[in-house]
Amino acid sequence: MLVIIEKYSAMLLGALGKTILLTLLSLIFAMVVGMIFALMNVGKNRVFNFIGTLYVDAVRGVPLIVLAYFIFFGVPQGIKSLGFQDFRLTALQAGTIALAMNCGAYMAEIIRAGIESVDKGQMEASRSLGLSYGKSMRKVVLPQAIRTMIPSIINQFIITLKDTSILSVIGFPELTNIGKTISGNTFKSLQTWAIVGIMYMIVIVTLSRVAKRIERRMNRGR
Amino acid sequence: MADKKIKVHVQNLKKSFGKLEVLKDISMDIEEGEVVVLLGPSGSGKSTFLRCLNQLETATAGTIVVDGQDVTDKHTDINKVRENIGMVFQHFNLFPHKTVLGNIMLAPVELKKMTKEQAAQTGMDLLKRVGMDAKADTYPSQISGGQKQRVAIARALAMNPDIMLFDEPTSALDPEMVGEVLAVMKKLAADGMTMVVVTHEMGFAREVADRIVFMDAGYIVEQGAPEEIIDHPKEERTIDFLNKVL
Repeated sequence: MLVIIEKYSAMLLGALGKTILLTLLSLIFAMVVGMIFALMNVGKNRVFNFIGTLYVDAVRGVPLIVLAYFIFFGVPQGIKSLGFQDFRLTALQAGTIALAMNCGAYMAEIIRAGIESVDKGQMEASRSLGLSYGKSMRKVVLPQAIRTMIPSIINQFIITLKDTSILSVIGFPELTNIGKTISGNTFKSLQTWAIVGIMYMIVIVTLSRVAKRIERRMNRGR
Repeated sequence: MADKKIKVHVQNLKKSFGKLEVLKDISMDIEEGEVVVLLGPSGSGKSTFLRCLNQLETATAGTIVVDGQDVTDKHTDINKVRENIGMVFQHFNLFPHKTVLGNIMLAPVELKKMTKEQAAQTGMDLLKRVGMDAKADTYPSQISGGQKQRVAIARALAMNPDIMLFDEPTSALDPEMVGEVLAVMKKLAADGMTMVVVTHEMGFAREVADRIVFMDAGYIVEQGAPEEIIDHPKEERTIDFLNKVL
């Protein structure tokens, strides 16, 4: 075990950095995607409702690994066949898109549930004062919804972080992929995967602790 | 009263929720400065009628003209009209993430009617009017029901409306807190505010109302001065209702 740590620590830490980078990028886009589709779902416009539901159902109905293959291999092939010969996606780009789409669908559901958890009298009171729907959403409903959403969002954060390991299949050099390389080179599967597992665990446990603290602080301000 | 301006004109208003027709055919005019109290058994459509006036419920048929603006017309800027109609809800609906003063400042600041400083100034004046200025910096969760409702009234007044709608403002209150809210409403009425009030407070209706409108099953059954309706009701359904509440 010590041999592996000694020899491969730089590689492992670099890979962990890539894992975190992929997670953060995906989450940022997922928040935007989630917010857009959540707002489509809670509004009264039937067409938007339909699009929102379709997106969530479609993405949640496809395993992440299939989505990753589709975006990394399938989409560039399709675009090339349209005549754009130079088109290519890096593993990071494809991975970010796949994860952001996947996480975005779950995020949309979290945000929708958060918005719906706010008493409808809040929207009515705001509208009765003359504020538009959008302004009421931004100033009255969402600030309250976010409080109830925070635990679920952090939970999703952790799931997404773990899901980055799935993207080892498209060759992105994140932690799991590097783990494969190291265990292949050293034949020390037990030690390698124990180390990789512990690295994930440290990051995730730290995150959950921070999450708990944020949650507690927000509840105190209530 | 004859030469007074008509503030609200309702013509053949109908409202259905799916197959359930809640308002069947309501026509009514409300004059400037008039205090109208809506009475009637639950499910009679009083609240729905009130909520149609500022279009929290969209009318199924008929017209509602508020201050010369047809609010049932899709081209009317409903947000603008609403600035002129304050509404007070049964469950207060204060914004829990804002302080008492913050609740009152929200609309004037967001709708760019005032700067933050001006809004804070008028907000404090309004809080004084309802006797809540000492609690300006507390959050709604820290005050009592009666205090919440007084703040809600101040909030509804923040855009300087000339019509106020009250949807059972004392129904969610402990009995000992009803008086403080009614006192604020009486003061408003005395200052000449046009008010439409859904309430079960017969004392308030008798003392403050210019007109009582008795509704049942989506229709106006009868209306008139408080003494007329409360002491000498003509319709069977009114007599029946009054026997139960008095």
